[in-house]
Amino acid sequence: MNDWLLIALMALVTFVPRYLPFALAGRVKLPATLERGLDFVPVAVLTAIIAQTTLIRGGELDLTIANLHAIAAAAAFVAALVTRHLFLTIAVGLLVFGMLKLLTL
Amino acid sequence: MQTPARQLWLGALETLPLVVAAFPFGIVFGAMAHANGLSFAVSVGMSSLVFAGASQFIAVTLIASAAILPVIVMTVFVVNLRQMLYSANLMHHVEHWPQPLRALLAFFLTDETFAAVTDRNNRHPGEPGLRWFYAGSAGFMYSFWQLSTVLGYTLGERIPGLASWGLDVAMIVAFIGIVVPALKRRADWGCAAVAFFSALVTHSWPHQSGLLFSSLLAIAVGLLLSRPGQDLEALPHE
Repeated sequence: MNDWLLIALMALVTFVPRYLPFALAGRVKLPATLERGLDFVPVAVLTAIIAQTTLIRGGELDLTIANLHAIAAAAAFVAALVTRHLFLTIAVGLLVFGMLKLLTL
Repeated sequence: MQTPARQLWLGALETLPLVVAAFPFGIVFGAMAHANGLSFAVSVGMSSLVFAGASQFIAVTLIASAAILPVIVMTVFVVNLRQMLYSANLMHHVEHWPQPLRALLAFFLTDETFAAVTDRNNRHPGEPGLRWFYAGSAGFMYSFWQLSTVLGYTLGERIPGLASWGLDVAMIVAFIGIVVPALKRRADWGCAAVAFFSALVTHSWPHQSGLLFSSLLAIAVGLLLSRPGQDLEALPHE
C-alpha cells in the first residue's frame, strides 16, 4: 500500500469534518432544535470520554478499589462540585492519584 | 481585555494537563508505528498532517492487519465525526473569523483544544481574542504531539512502561473540572448521566463507535429534558 496516499486521504477525511461546520458558520441558519442539541456537545462527549478512560482499564470495566483512576476521578468530581475551579480540581485529582500511587508501590 | 500574547499563554496553560496526558500516547503511537514497519518519515508525516490520535492508532492497527485502503479511510472518517460535533458546537464563536483562519484553526481541533476552548467560553462568555486562546492551546498540543511521536519512534522500546504510569489521569481530572461547572440545568445532568452509562455499556464497540453513539444518545436525552428558550435564561448573556 502507498503510505503517502493513505496519509493524504486520512488528512482529508480528518480535516473535512473539523472544518465543514467552521466554513458554514454565519452562512447557514441551523434549525432551532439542532442548535439546542449542539449546546449539549461538550457535556455529552467529554463525559463519555471521562467514563471510558476512568472505568475501562485494560479493556475491561474495572469497578474495584484498585482502580486508582476511578478514585482520583471521584475526588476530582467532589472538588469540582465544591470549588467549580478548574486548577483546584486538577490539583486535587492529581494529588490523590499521586498519593495512592506511592502507597500502592 | 486580554492581550493576544496573554491569550496564547492562557490557552497553552489550560491545555498543559491534557498535553501531559496525551504525551505517553504519542510515544506509544511512535513506537507502534515503528514496530509495524512504518518508516520514520511516514510516522511523523501522519502525526503532522493528520494530527488525530485515535485515527492514527486505528490506521496503524489496520495497516498491521493488512486492511485495504478504503476500509482504513472510511473508518478514520467515522471516528472523526466526533470532531464534527465539536466544530458545529463552536460555529457561533468562529462566524466572524476570516475563512483562512477558520481553515487553519479547524485543522488543530482535537478533544483537548475543544475542551480548553469550551471552558474558556463558559467562564468568560463573549470575551474577545478567543482565536488567540485557541491558537495557544492548539500550538502547544501540536508541537508536543510531534515531539512525542519522534521520541516514541526513535527510543520507544527504551522508555519502559511510560504508558502504564497512568498519566492519562491528568486528562480525566481536567475534563471533570471542565464538565462539572457546565452542568447547570437538569437537562445537563441527565445528558451527562446518559453519556456516562452509555459509554460504559458500549465500550467494546469497534473504533470508538460507542463514544459517538453515546454522545448522540446523550444529546437527544438533553434535548428531551430541556425546553426551547430555556438555555437563554440559564446561560449568562453575552
